[in-house]
Amino acid sequence: MSWVTQTLASSLGRKVIMSLTGLFLCTFLIVHVAGNLQLFKADGGRAFNEYSFFMTHNPVIMTVSYLLYTSIVVHAIMALLLTRHNQASRPVKYAYARPEANSPWSSRNMGILGTVLLIFIVIHMRTFWYTMHFGPIPMAEYDGKEYKDLYKIVLEAFSNWWYVLFYVIAMAALSYHLVHGFKSGFQTLGLRHKKYTPLIEFLGVWVFSILIPALFAAMPVYFFLKHVGVIG
Amino acid sequence: MKINLKVWRQKNGNAAGKLVDYKLDNISPDMSFLEMFDVLNDELMHKGDEPVAFDHDCREGICGMCSMYINGRAHGPQTGATTCQLHMRSFADGDTVIVEPWRARAFPVIKDLMVDRSAFDRVVQSGGFVSVNTGSARDANETPIPRTIADEAMDAAQCIGCGACVAACKNASAMLFVAAKVSHLAVLPQGQAESSIRAERMVAQMDAEGFGACSFTGACSVECPKSISLDHIARLNREYLGAKITSEAV
Ligand code: HEM
Ligand code: SF4
Ligand code: FES
Repeated sequence: MSWVTQTLASSLGRKVIMSLTGLFLCTFLIVHVAGNLQLFKADGGRAFNEYSFFMTHNPVIMTVSYLLYTSIVVHAIMALLLTRHNQASRPVKYAYARPEANSPWSSRNMGILGTVLLIFIVIHMRTFWYTMHFGPIPMAEYDGKEYKDLYKIVLEAFSNWWYVLFYVIAMAALSYHLVHGFKSGFQTLGLRHKKYTPLIEFLGVWVFSILIPALFAAMPVYFFLKHVGVIG
Repeated sequence: MKINLKVWRQKNGNAAGKLVDYKLDNISPDMSFLEMFDVLNDELMHKGDEPVAFDHDCREGICGMCSMYINGRAHGPQTGATTCQLHMRSFADGDTVIVEPWRARAFPVIKDLMVDRSAFDRVVQSGGFVSVNTGSARDANETPIPRTIADEAMDAAQCIGCGACVAACKNASAMLFVAAKVSHLAVLPQGQAESSIRAERMVAQMDAEGFGACSFTGACSVECPKSISLDHIARLNREYLGAKITSEAV
């Protein structure tokens, strides 16, 4: 297997791991945002709770979720290795540099943006994932069947102004991470062609850096405004 | 025009360096940036001081020697140009101009603004060639090559090995250089036979020299005097990954 380890340890190989895990996380975001849109349904949380039950009991989804946790960890470890390697490649810094003249800010700060995302992921999973799996969590009953009432946990969490603010900031970081990351992931794999690169760039901007972060951010904002009575 | 210079002075690779201030009073806006340095060095020598060491050769934008990091950018404020193609009219009277050497682990400073770019030579030696004796010049149309492919190869072959891509990259990555060298051979029939082993060896050498990885910021292509396209980096990635999966080298 020497050629495999050799490939994965090379600078290009590490970037491929970064790209594959990153793009996998991007596909997850689509599922996650679509499912969570059920929070906006005015049914007291029934659709959302039934959906949460399905997501935590379906064997295929449970398998994919372990792949997801692994991807986050591998992506973060590779990010650390790459960032350290890249910093070591320039031991003496320039006294005066103007990187803004030749490259976008987001492309130069993927590590900082990613760190914000990592902190967010840990806190986010503590609030919802951990409570869902290990409680304590209130129960709801629909048609004689008991469901964990994750909806109530969501309501509670998003009644805190600082928690809501933190979510909005994290989604801004996600937006900047993906405005560069989505298209960069394809470049790393060598997938660049005048036929489809414009589509990749379009999706990267409009779907992954605008639509998805905006929908995610709308959830805490919506529940907070409901909580303070601005909307019904 | 008057120019206030801050120039990196460093005796040798082991000595500590620092930015030193110089004032020049009689600079013509029509001088090239290197001619302005000639004036500075003349003045320094008349005073009995050591002139500033800097690399240069052709002074017409084709050799790639004139490495200077000027006011925070490789080869200065102009795009698509080397330092020797930069003129003093790009600056205003009384401007302060900061000049530093390329900064990269793989490009150690030799003296003042001169850096050792032999890492690039070693990358090319590792595979940037076609290993057959080509003899004397052939008839130009012996191997017919479609125009678009010939153009693509020429675009990559324009790379003059100046190192501005490394100097501009936040990771001091040599990907644009290596991509240009892999690409101009990979698209032509003469180079295709060895394209797998070439990509594998050149990337391995690039890593061994201590260059960083590519973050796709695009800084290299913007600062490249030959405006080499990021398309070539994508091709290098394809060549390398394809080679790793299919080549005979286990
Ligand atoms: C766990 C926290 C995260 C960290 C520390 C992190 C860090 C990074 C870093 C440093 C890069 C750039 C690598 C380079 O410059 O070459 C990167 C690229 C990327 N990230 Fe993240 N990230 C995180 C989370 C995420 C998430 C949640 C997603 C998607 C939903 C994502 C998607 C991507 C993509 C698609 C790339 C592009 C890969 C490439 O350039 O080939 N990242 N990440
Ligand atoms: S790719 Fe451009 S910037 Fe890099 S060495 Fe070649 S000519 Fe110079
Ligand atoms: S001196 Fe040859 S390119 Fe500038």
